[in-house]
Amino acid sequence: MTVIQRRTDNPVAHLTEADIEAIGLELDALREEVFASLGEADAAYIRRVIKAQRVLELSSRGVLLFSLFPPAWLLGTAGLAVAKILENMEIGHNILHGQWDWMRDPAIHSTTWEWDNVAPAEMWKHSHNEIHHRFTNVVGRDNDLGYGIMRVDEDQRWSPATLGQPLYNFINMCVFEYGIAAYDLELGKYYKGKKKVDAEFKRDLRMVLGKIGRQVRKDYLLNPAAAALVNPFSAVPAFLATLTANMVANLARNVWTHSVIMCGHFPEGVATFSKTSIEGETRGDWYVRQMVGAANISGGAAIHMMTGNLSFQIEHHLYPDMPSRRYRDISPRIQDLFERYDLPYVTGPLPKQVASAWRKVIRLALPNNAFGRFNRAPAWSRDPLPPAEPATESEAA
Amino acid sequence: MSTTATRATSTRSTATRSTVTPVRDGIWRVLSAVTTPLVPSDYLDLLAPLHSGAALRGRIQAISAETADAATVLIRPGRGWQGHLPGQYIRIGIDVDGVRLWRAYSLTSGPRSDGLVSVTVKAIPEGKVSNHIVRRARPGTVIQLDQATGDFHLPGAPPPRILFVTAGSGITPVMGMLRHRLTELADVVVLHSAPTSDAVIFGTELRDMATARRLRLIERHTDVEGMLDPGELDTLVPDWAQRETWACGPTRMLDALQERWERAGAEDRLHTERFRPHVLVTGEGGTVSFTRSGTVVEAGGATPLLDAGEAAGVLMPSGCRMGICMGCVIPLESGAVRDLRSGNLTTAVPGDGVKVQTCINAAAGPCELTI
Repeated sequence: MTVIQRRTDNPVAHLTEADIEAIGLELDALREEVFASLGEADAAYIRRVIKAQRVLELSSRGVLLFSLFPPAWLLGTAGLAVAKILENMEIGHNILHGQWDWMRDPAIHSTTWEWDNVAPAEMWKHSHNEIHHRFTNVVGRDNDLGYGIMRVDEDQRWSPATLGQPLYNFINMCVFEYGIAAYDLELGKYYKGKKKVDAEFKRDLRMVLGKIGRQVRKDYLLNPAAAALVNPFSAVPAFLATLTANMVANLARNVWTHSVIMCGHFPEGVATFSKTSIEGETRGDWYVRQMVGAANISGGAAIHMMTGNLSFQIEHHLYPDMPSRRYRDISPRIQDLFERYDLPYVTGPLPKQVASAWRKVIRLALPNNAFGRFNRAPAWSRDPLPPAEPATESEAA
Repeated sequence: MSTTATRATSTRSTATRSTVTPVRDGIWRVLSAVTTPLVPSDYLDLLAPLHSGAALRGRIQAISAETADAATVLIRPGRGWQGHLPGQYIRIGIDVDGVRLWRAYSLTSGPRSDGLVSVTVKAIPEGKVSNHIVRRARPGTVIQLDQATGDFHLPGAPPPRILFVTAGSGITPVMGMLRHRLTELADVVVLHSAPTSDAVIFGTELRDMATARRLRLIERHTDVEGMLDPGELDTLVPDWAQRETWACGPTRMLDALQERWERAGAEDRLHTERFRPHVLVTGEGGTVSFTRSGTVVEAGGATPLLDAGEAAGVLMPSGCRMGICMGCVIPLESGAVRDLRSGNLTTAVPGDGVKVQTCINAAAGPCELTI
């Protein structure tokens, strides 16, 4: 992928201004329709998911008190991993988007929710809701394009350090929640000296360290200590078994969420945009950018639940604050819209999309077209035009 | 109307507290460390939503029809309930079509050994909450509660002669007083207006009280006899000006009573409970910023800030929506708002943090609210 205006087959080039306006009006009308129909069934759904998640987490931690018994370790670890994934995705991510604010329940509200993740909700909401969702795929504005540590677009600058990005991506995947915290703190910018350490940074850092402390104490101290208490005659092995169970559950959650999120914007076929392209952007333009700037994951109900409905990343980007269970309902109508305007609705099964995203991370570790065919973008996104303006590159790097 | 009401608070002996609290606090802290980022209550709520320490809630035990469009809701309050004085009201938060809406209702229950309380709700046209409660709510539903509040109640030592002037659902706080305290009251006149005889809420009970000569009941059926004119008081209740009077009903009636009592120089003896704001002047509107949520909306001069915020999805505290309960008060960081009842302007410069009632104030130019 590459900044859209310079792509040989710009996927939106055929749209007229009137088309874009019509798309905007149609999407606004669909939004109105869905929001007007929200009601008791939606409220019951999120409360049911939250309840199920809490029961699963509590019982998994209960089972892990007996983790010396290998089947209990397996069961408890799997249960805890699933509970953490549900909490972060279908519950946390979506509540923090304000998808459930309309219920006016202070217990399920974007202003009060805190999630089971070392990144404090407050900071994540800023970098995710305000920056990423507003500037989706705008090179130099949307830090989610490679998280500031990777080059995931031909128009981002290559440097020798980029060679290591498959490794960076692998490490980030394993410790993803810490990666998010560092990213929300904009640690990279401070490290490179692009931002000065000030009182605000110190406050944020304290907030992150406090959150890390509480998360670590819960997962790696209290839960294992409880297992040790329950098994007084083999306290140390019990402690260690439950400790590893928590570590594996957190690792599984990290790998899973990282993979799902990579599928949202990195697979081949997703478009990016230059900073200048969004100047004077209309509502319709914004919608169109979201339409071609995200990719879905195909699959069944389990996939949708475990990805927090980010399997409907396109629908989510059109309506970030729409309750997630509605994405599935509107998806056929969104696909119909794509078809009518001849736009690419990028989707595929999870393994295919993950592989596509990884392929891009590896391909772009090398300079553009450095090794002939190997690291060339697929034909449809090849770019014969001169490179983008330097300002865009330097900030994107 | 001030809400600094005396509450029938339960007091725990300090001796018990001094030994139990540190232990309990310690346990709570450990549990909180286990359940972080949630709190132990989040898990306890799954099992026992009315447990102590939780946000105050209640469970609807029964709903019984009073008239064609009014019903009494019997509520089991949660463990934190501190009791009430008859005549006071509570705010109830109930989910209607998935949305939590808060309204204030007077407590109507009499003395009960089982600790249950009741409110009596009259369905008003277009009233989302009142219609939901009267026609659709079911026993077993868990609702949100606030502690009882309000100063519309009888003093500890009741005056010798009392007059209650009520209309429609204005009888509800008075019924709470009568059920609890009628035996202590020597001379009571109830002057109640309703469209018809059948529409009188608690009609049977009031008439029974009258038959038993415990009070004098004057029913005014307005469909036939027309609205009560305060001028008629001289014939209906000749000694009205000497009676300590509690009045509850529509604004127009209360305004007329107020004027009559003032003319007689007896305004000290008139206590009123108002239902709706009285819209006199509309402001010119403006851009309203809700600073914590980062929401910015254009609000018209006749739109209460509360409505403007809620329509934009801001989690606005709210209560009676009529300007009396202070449940919706939030700081006005800067800008100007206009009171929809009086037309009065309230202004603030950054740092002031003037607390304003959002349900009866509208934007009068750009303003910032801290929420």
